[in-house]
Amino acid sequence: MAASWKSILAQARGQTVYFDAWAGDVRMDAYIAWVGQQVSACCDVTLRQVPLEATSQAVSQVIAEKAAGDNTDGTVDLIWINGPNFYALKRRGLLYGPFTQRLPNYALVNTRDPSNLYDFTVAVGGYESPWRKAQLVFVYNSAYVKHVPLSIQAFPAWAKRHPGRFTFPQVQNFLGVAFLEQALYALTPDPAVLLRPVRAADFAEVTAPLWAWYDRLRPYLWRHGREFPASGPAERELLEDGEIDMMPSFNPTEAAADVEAGLLPRTVRTVVLAHGTIGNTSFVAIPYNSPHKAGAMVVANFLLSPAAQARAGNIRYLGGPTVLDLAKLSPAQRARFTSLPASPWVPRRAALQRVLPEPHPSWARRLAEAWERRYTP
Amino acid sequence: MTRAAARAASHRLAPLRARSRSWLRCAPLITVALFLAPIVAGLLGTLLPAFGWLPAIGGREFTLGPWARLFSAPGIGAAIALTVGTGLVATVLSVVLVFGLCAQLHGRTPGRAGRGLMAPILAAPHAAMAIGLGFLIAPSGWVVRLLSPWLTGWHQPPDIATVQDPYGIALTLGLLVKEVPYLLLMTITALGQVSAARQLEAAATLGYGRTVAWLKLILPQIYPQIRLPIYAVLAYALSVVDMSLILGPGNPPTLSVLALRWFTAPDIRMYFPAAAAALLQLAIVLASILLWRSGETVIAHLGRRWIAQGARRTRLAPLTRIAAAAVAGLAGLGLASLIDLGVWSVADGWPFPQLLPKHWSAHTWTRQFSMVAWPLETTLIVAVLASALALLLVLGCLENEQRSGRAATLRALWLLYVPLLVPQIAFLFGAQVLLTVVHLEGSLIAVIWSHLLFVLPYVFLCLAEPWRSLDARYARTALCLGTPPRRVFLRIKLPLLLRPILVAVAIGVAVSVDQYLPTLLVGAGRVVTLTTEAVALASGGDRRITGVFALLQSLIPLAAYALAIGLPARLQFHRRQAGGET
Repeated sequence: MAASWKSILAQARGQTVYFDAWAGDVRMDAYIAWVGQQVSACCDVTLRQVPLEATSQAVSQVIAEKAAGDNTDGTVDLIWINGPNFYALKRRGLLYGPFTQRLPNYALVNTRDPSNLYDFTVAVGGYESPWRKAQLVFVYNSAYVKHVPLSIQAFPAWAKRHPGRFTFPQVQNFLGVAFLEQALYALTPDPAVLLRPVRAADFAEVTAPLWAWYDRLRPYLWRHGREFPASGPAERELLEDGEIDMMPSFNPTEAAADVEAGLLPRTVRTVVLAHGTIGNTSFVAIPYNSPHKAGAMVVANFLLSPAAQARAGNIRYLGGPTVLDLAKLSPAQRARFTSLPASPWVPRRAALQRVLPEPHPSWARRLAEAWERRYTP
Repeated sequence: MTRAAARAASHRLAPLRARSRSWLRCAPLITVALFLAPIVAGLLGTLLPAFGWLPAIGGREFTLGPWARLFSAPGIGAAIALTVGTGLVATVLSVVLVFGLCAQLHGRTPGRAGRGLMAPILAAPHAAMAIGLGFLIAPSGWVVRLLSPWLTGWHQPPDIATVQDPYGIALTLGLLVKEVPYLLLMTITALGQVSAARQLEAAATLGYGRTVAWLKLILPQIYPQIRLPIYAVLAYALSVVDMSLILGPGNPPTLSVLALRWFTAPDIRMYFPAAAAALLQLAIVLASILLWRSGETVIAHLGRRWIAQGARRTRLAPLTRIAAAAVAGLAGLGLASLIDLGVWSVADGWPFPQLLPKHWSAHTWTRQFSMVAWPLETTLIVAVLASALALLLVLGCLENEQRSGRAATLRALWLLYVPLLVPQIAFLFGAQVLLTVVHLEGSLIAVIWSHLLFVLPYVFLCLAEPWRSLDARYARTALCLGTPPRRVFLRIKLPLLLRPILVAVAIGVAVSVDQYLPTLLVGAGRVVTLTTEAVALASGGDRRITGVFALLQSLIPLAAYALAIGLPARLQFHRRQAGGET
């Protein structure tokens, strides 16, 4: 395998990798720019981030190329992907792989963590390489509110006491639909159905308690639940300005990093719901028609390096749990993680232990569609 | 000498015209080919999928399915109403305000200061202006900060939708801020072509008030000349994407945003209703132009009766004062928006309700430099090449027109306006499919071409008048002295027309920097400019960085104008020093 990695490194030399990544989080853009500098220095690979407003743009791009018969000269080399978008490409056989076993650093990945092996219940099977971990948390401004709801059931009553002070991103955004999924987990009698494709369940029956709950919450949302921020960062601006007091986030260390960057007041705090919240892993995948697969693998491998993971875990740059298994690292490598700066804005480690698996990807779209149908004027 | 006589004279000089004319004769043909053929093909590429035909993704039969899907989409009625409402209201208000201001002010020159203040608003791209205006009028923006908490009592921003409101008021306001100065410029240009001052004087001696004289005497003369610009504003306001994304509501959005959303949905089958929506957008624009045209007829009919009645005074006079005040207010909003961008870009902590940032810092600029460099470079390359190409084609067409003695007809002018009247989204969808087939999508060349579609009309409109009105005797004298036409073109016409040429290029650069949807769709997301970055960042993130991108985006056209105006002066200075021509 060492020999084959060497040949991949040789092939990658001089390649330009177009990395389609959701953009809108400036720290993430800066991190990707740093990755670009590193792979350019070590491996002569040029990394170009193609900023996306939604990952689905890259997915439709690859599908359109397949439709046009563009089977070898695609425009996308690497996609930051997970959940429904991964499922959409894998189902059509539009991903290259399995490739993760060829990456030397993949040996360091924590394979005991199911979210590194199953992406929204769909087996990864080596077709995408993990690089980030995420979990749903709630960020609030303790200067304005002392008590926040610690269960989904408590949200309507809390919102009634704090009208207009909570919102979540529009459901076309993954964070918006994740909030609905979280609520569905807590409200539906048998959450196990969420792990199977939506067509296997009686959608109306499963979601009835969700809509009843939402109808009680909606009048007390920001803008009376008629308008929603476009994305997580847009929602964060509202919290920064004091337009809202609480918001969901998919990054447990987002608040800490935002405080560091001067984007949130120092009075914000982060909580996890008492019975746990949805968590997942972010991956990178290579489209079947990428002309720069070797370069893309070099980038994927670098993203798994202790150096890259430690920088991603540092709240000064990004912050967040690593996908690596610290037990597999050398003491020196491990020290990079244990010496990371601590932060008063990060939730207790114990609170983050209760991770609920993501529902099957088919739920996200059905939920978003049903929500649009019910609540679009 | 009249232009006709000049043309006749140039005919008699025909033998002097060199053989090298052959490529010139092709210039109009090349222009039309580069220009109209792709638009027609792009429209076709949208039309077929709108009726279910796109074999590449499994559409192999003609069906009305896409339309059924379109009209059953949640909120589609509201989206159409929003689109038509904002587009028509913004255009009607723009036209009324501009006419009102001109009726109120005509004869009294707006002055250098006034024009200087308008320049940044005209130059700023729509996206940057929308971002700045969004900052300004947001519940946490400058306007509310100015009044809080001393007047409003607000220590937190109010829960009022002042941007992205469901009625599209913020979007309409954004359109007004940009379109009023544009129409004003077009009107002032048209006014220069009728001897307005003298006619107004004559009217005054007959006892007509200034306002009523302008409305009865001048407006009917200039309207035909600004009809096309007004239609362009109407088409733009109805179908704009970037401003709608930034200032318009999201649930539901305007029709063009809805079409874009479906077009980029992970489910490729959404392409069919997206194409139908794009076609519906085209139908709405065409219907609105027809509606406007019939409105013109009605108003002209009523207006003739009003003129014939011979009243010397009008009750409209106070209204024109309101219009003038409103235009001044809009200009103030526009300038404040641009300043707000600048303040955010150097703010270091700016909590509500403080009027100014707690600390100032250039950190955002220095730290973002590496992220700005690539989009900035792409923006400049595309803008300069698209403008240079447009200039080449326009000069070819104009020179050919003079040598062949055939002036462009009104119909040709309409052709030129096609890209400005057909909604971008209606033909860019189809164009993207075509580009995929020829493997050009996502390439810089394709993006430059797509910008050319919008740059070329403006360069032509800007250059045609000065070119045609250049005194023909210069060229004729040189020709008679035996100078070949190529040298006449290079050594006489180009230097004499240097300033309008540079201004035309600067306008081309401004138009190119403005383009969001062509860059996004034709560039397949791979060609990243300041504009696509600014719009992406505007959806949320760090307002300091959004401010950097939007401000830079506005500075490029301004710098281009400054160069266009400053450069010829310097060149001429050197020439005089060298004792050369002119």
